[in-house]
Amino acid sequence: MMSNNITITIDGIACEAQEGEYILNVARANGIYIPAICYLTRCSPTLACRICLVEADGRRVYSCNARVKDGMNIVTQNEAILEERRAIMEVYDVNHPLQCGVCDQSGECELQNYTLELGIDSQHYAIPDTKRGTADWSSVLHYDAGLCIVCERCVTVCKDMIGDAALKTGPRGGDPLDKSYKATMPKDAYSMWNKLQKSVIVPSNGTEYTNCSDCGECTAVCPVGALTERDFVYQSNAWELRQIPATCAHCSSGCHIYYETKHTAIGNSKEKIYRVKNEWNYQSLCGAGRFGYDYENSSAVKDKTAFDRAVAALQKADTIRFSSMITNEEALMLQTLKETQGVRLVNPDARAFQSFLRAYAEASGQGIYPDDFKSIMRESDFVVTVGTKLRNDNPNVRYVFNNIQKMNKGAGIYFHPVGDALVPTFGKNVETFEHKPGEEELAMHLVLDLFADREALPDSVRKTIEAYHEPRTRTVTEKVMEEVTVTETDPETAEEKTVTKKVPKTVEKEVEYDHNGLVEALGGDAEHFDEIFGKMMNKKESFALILGEDLYFHPRADNLARLAALIEDVCAMKLAMVPPRSNALGVALICDLDAEATGYVVGYNAPGDFILSALGTGDLDMPALNQQEGTLTNMNKRVVPTNAALPYGGYELNDLMNSLGLGKTLTVDWTTSLPEDRGFVAIDFDALPNGYANDGQEHRGYLLDVPPAEKTATEIAPFDGDGVLEGQIAYRCNPQRQFSDFTDKAHQIFEPFALYASPEKAEELGKRVTVVFDRGSLELDVIVDERIRGDIVEIPDFQSNKNIYALFGDNRYATVTLRKGS
Amino acid sequence: MSLEQFKNRNVGVQHYRMLDLSHTPQTGWGQFKQVVRRTLSLELFVGLKVTLREMTKALFFGKMHTTKYPFEKLPVGPRYRAIHEMKRLLESGHYRCIGCGLCEKICPADAIRIETAYGEDQRKQVQEYTINFGRCIFCGYCAEVCPELAIVHGGRYETASEQRASFSLFDDMLTPIDRLKEQKEFPGYGSVSPDADKRIHKTPLAY
Repeated sequence: MMSNNITITIDGIACEAQEGEYILNVARANGIYIPAICYLTRCSPTLACRICLVEADGRRVYSCNARVKDGMNIVTQNEAILEERRAIMEVYDVNHPLQCGVCDQSGECELQNYTLELGIDSQHYAIPDTKRGTADWSSVLHYDAGLCIVCERCVTVCKDMIGDAALKTGPRGGDPLDKSYKATMPKDAYSMWNKLQKSVIVPSNGTEYTNCSDCGECTAVCPVGALTERDFVYQSNAWELRQIPATCAHCSSGCHIYYETKHTAIGNSKEKIYRVKNEWNYQSLCGAGRFGYDYENSSAVKDKTAFDRAVAALQKADTIRFSSMITNEEALMLQTLKETQGVRLVNPDARAFQSFLRAYAEASGQGIYPDDFKSIMRESDFVVTVGTKLRNDNPNVRYVFNNIQKMNKGAGIYFHPVGDALVPTFGKNVETFEHKPGEEELAMHLVLDLFADREALPDSVRKTIEAYHEPRTRTVTEKVMEEVTVTETDPETAEEKTVTKKVPKTVEKEVEYDHNGLVEALGGDAEHFDEIFGKMMNKKESFALILGEDLYFHPRADNLARLAALIEDVCAMKLAMVPPRSNALGVALICDLDAEATGYVVGYNAPGDFILSALGTGDLDMPALNQQEGTLTNMNKRVVPTNAALPYGGYELNDLMNSLGLGKTLTVDWTTSLPEDRGFVAIDFDALPNGYANDGQEHRGYLLDVPPAEKTATEIAPFDGDGVLEGQIAYRCNPQRQFSDFTDKAHQIFEPFALYASPEKAEELGKRVTVVFDRGSLELDVIVDERIRGDIVEIPDFQSNKNIYALFGDNRYATVTLRKGS
Repeated sequence: MSLEQFKNRNVGVQHYRMLDLSHTPQTGWGQFKQVVRRTLSLELFVGLKVTLREMTKALFFGKMHTTKYPFEKLPVGPRYRAIHEMKRLLESGHYRCIGCGLCEKICPADAIRIETAYGEDQRKQVQEYTINFGRCIFCGYCAEVCPELAIVHGGRYETASEQRASFSLFDDMLTPIDRLKEQKEFPGYGSVSPDADKRIHKTPLAY
């Protein structure tokens, strides 16, 4: 997607733009205001509201879907346009309930704003109202059709960004418009009204309930009060809430969020988070980010005896075990403890990622993966993922994958052992490979085969790949026209005569093709893959490869890292990796992690002999991540700040450090000490910005600048098939919206700790099973996940006390025995 | 959004200024001297001069000015506006308040707090409503902003009680349901203006 810089004029102001951009986005980037209701940046134009009407070179166009051309002259406002816009707003106000007094959106409602801005003080149009009720679409979504203006932003975002496509427009049952309006009304307002009068929003599966991931992004984008979070309905006016810019800490995406807080109740002035909001034009949230906000450690007090015991525990600790739900500053404190007191630091997920990054750095000479997910989403039109469960691991990676299909006319290949019903629906050019666990190396070889220049490959790899190719023949059916002689009787003369006709006939033909054994080994359709792939590659320019947690927890992780480095080297592909947990990347960069815990273990949000816990269940309370300030390193290689939304009454890790003589005044005083040789920059915490500019530029913290690593010659080992797992396999994977004990604590996240299986598998297993691993066993309820395909079952790890990491060991897959019943 | 407010962590370190009070005797002897000086100079009776004169008038000449509050109360003017009243709808008896929270927002003394919830009838319900009369400055903004004429200032002026809460709850301010017929409307301030019909554009109705 190479683009050229051009200049256009908007309202007499010269603006720099890129060929192919929408007028609206250029105007916004240059601070010129054009009203728009239905348009969402990063999604396709809906053209429902028509209010973004402008004049381009004297011609009326909709700025949300008209692309700029060099030298274009645009007028955003004149009397005719204003008249049209006023008529549109009047139409939106027809029969809109006069309930601003009780509406949750009042004060931040776009219908209110535009009605006031355009000075609508009278109404010229009328139509009998239709009764439209309210509905609870899911455990979190509440829809009031009476307030809905059918801008379809929810439909658009669910399809183009989230990928669930769980909403659509349905019949409203309203009266048809009075024909006389057609002649008297402005044209756009009339056609907008015509459509509005026919539709409301309904779940797309034909039932009363949405079948979706409950991310709530539809509630965020709703311009009016029609779509709201169920728990927030009539709880608070928008203006009473205090917005606290922060960073979501549940997964490695590190999304920008606002916590909105207010006093708990009339009799309780303690701050409480009422909801989470996001800059939905630039950043989409998942269900955990939006609904999993109340995980604070609210009961913490300064317990001096517990504190003294904690200091003593830290002094005698041999090992500190911690989770990745930690700020960079705290990780640095733990690293300081390691350096001064020689404790071992144990964090299984970050360690696996760290060693993968290290192996990658040695093989590629780059300190860290070269690209980030934002640029992949913006620029790539062909995306390949290996080893990440797209629907569960990291919601934003899934959004990236889906958005590329929808917005960049993209294609995608999804390699994963667990079949998924949702991923193929993202686009018609999505291919999925349900390979066996352990065959990730073959998938990487296939990527090399498909995207690399054969000549640039090292000999051994080239030979491996070539060995999989062989010419074969396949049968194709073709339609040919065949001449047939038939005897017909003329109906009038009753004469028989022979006629020669051409009739279509299907014939089978043998054709030779290049049989790709890699595709076959990975469970793909080798016979037709060359055709499918040819179609996918049509007009594609920018390619991307995304690697995930399966590769870090893999018996041959180092070899996979080398393959990744080779792909990065010889293919013109962007490369990014999904850090396994919240701040796993930060921890991997800051801490030197050890493999095994020995001796006396202090756990920080993790099991141990003495537990420091932000959940309030340990031996000493710690602040949860919505109660402390600090920085997190997200998967886009950005160090982002987060602020404290709620008060905290107990001790922090920095207090413990102070007692050991290693502390600083504030936790955020550690920010400037983050290691510069690992890519961090010495910027004061208070100087870190946290927001977005009008053109979507991310001004949050700073980007990591990881120095290059020393490249050592590394050989890629051939695939030997030893690590391939057979039989009943369990996969360590959390349900959507669950990431850790913290999401589990939140009251709006309901997904239980259970075994998740495809409908057929669940049927076979019954209600409850005992899962027997090599290292132990576990009894779990069986829950159907409609979107899983195949035989592999998923076992979550979000409850740390279940010690699932120990059961699985260094692999995300395990061969297990499933015993029915209890 | 500005982050300034999050950056001031020096809570409690304000600049206090001490009042410059005139000196008081520090020693016991000094205090004794002050007492003797004040007692013997008969300053007390200078201060009590008017009081004694009025007492004499009241006791012996029948010129009593005192109202025996709380047994007697002076009538207040009809335009007097003090303690808030919550009105009900005359037809249904339901409280008028819709829980919009505008009074909470506009209150310059931050005295009003409201709690609302999604009711079983799918309407917004007022769960709890308080006015902190220790902070209320009786400016009347709440009554002015109320879109439903639900909150008004009434004639009750007694803001003393064993507990402030005893008249600041919603139910205490609400017109008792059995006295609905006695509920008075207040013309003027905050209510619909007499020429409202002239100033409102009529919305066309299709049925």
